[in-house]
Amino acid sequence: MLEITPLHYSLLSAALFMIGVIGVLARRNIIVVFMSIEIILNAVNINLIALSHQWQNLAGQVFVVFVIAVAAAEAAVGLGILVAFFRNKETVNIDEMSVMRW
Amino acid sequence: MVEAIAFYTLAALILGLAILVITARSAVHSALFLVVDFFFVAVMYVSLGAEFVAVIQILVYAGGIVVLYLFVVMLVSLKREPEQHADTRRLKFQGMLLAGVVLLELVGIGAYAAARDSAPVVARVAVDIPVQGGNTEQLGWVLYTDYLIPFELASILLLVAMVGAIVLAKRSLD
Repeated sequence: MLEITPLHYSLLSAALFMIGVIGVLARRNIIVVFMSIEIILNAVNINLIALSHQWQNLAGQVFVVFVIAVAAAEAAVGLGILVAFFRNKETVNIDEMSVMRW
Repeated sequence: MVEAIAFYTLAALILGLAILVITARSAVHSALFLVVDFFFVAVMYVSLGAEFVAVIQILVYAGGIVVLYLFVVMLVSLKREPEQHADTRRLKFQGMLLAGVVLLELVGIGAYAAARDSAPVVARVAVDIPVQGGNTEQLGWVLYTDYLIPFELASILLLVAMVGAIVLAKRSLD
């Protein structure tokens, strides 16, 4: 209990991941849904950094750098889509974004 | 002992702030809680010896992405809260059941790993990094030798995302 093993970090990461998934599923405001996705990516990053520390291998940290780059790209494009959508429909509620749903 | 106290404090702060992010009523509050959450995640990176990634985390997430979120929250001024729209088709019971099953699975994994008398002590295989020095120097070396092509692809991805964001947010294409 008092010794911190990679298991502790993995459990923290899993809990953070679950919080993010709950945010994606339960919230209707699409901006908060985007934030939940960032939380999910952070949970993955904690896992990668902890295992990189455990194995003394820098590949994990390199992957985190790439994940952060992809997260930045995702945020830019996602928020661009959101602004374009809001201009047309005046809403950020994901229940009303059903134009492309079959 | 000190390590354990630091870990549990940080973990409680990270999880608590994440819960605040997804439960806050207004999106501005969510974004502000998200900044603080990312700061604590960066502190955890430092405690794991990843200083460069911690600095990148603060610069890119707290400094860039969350500011972008705040801009968009201010841009989309809402007349009514989106949460007031009730969805009648929401499957509450099935969702709770599924969440319970996943929680049981997580607890099972944790109990199984904790019950094994000794945690698998992984031999600390030091991968031969040709450069001695700080974390940033080593990471830079790995990034520009073994991961050069993924690194360049990431820069192309960022360029495409930048062009895409400009095109999407423009009022009209003329």
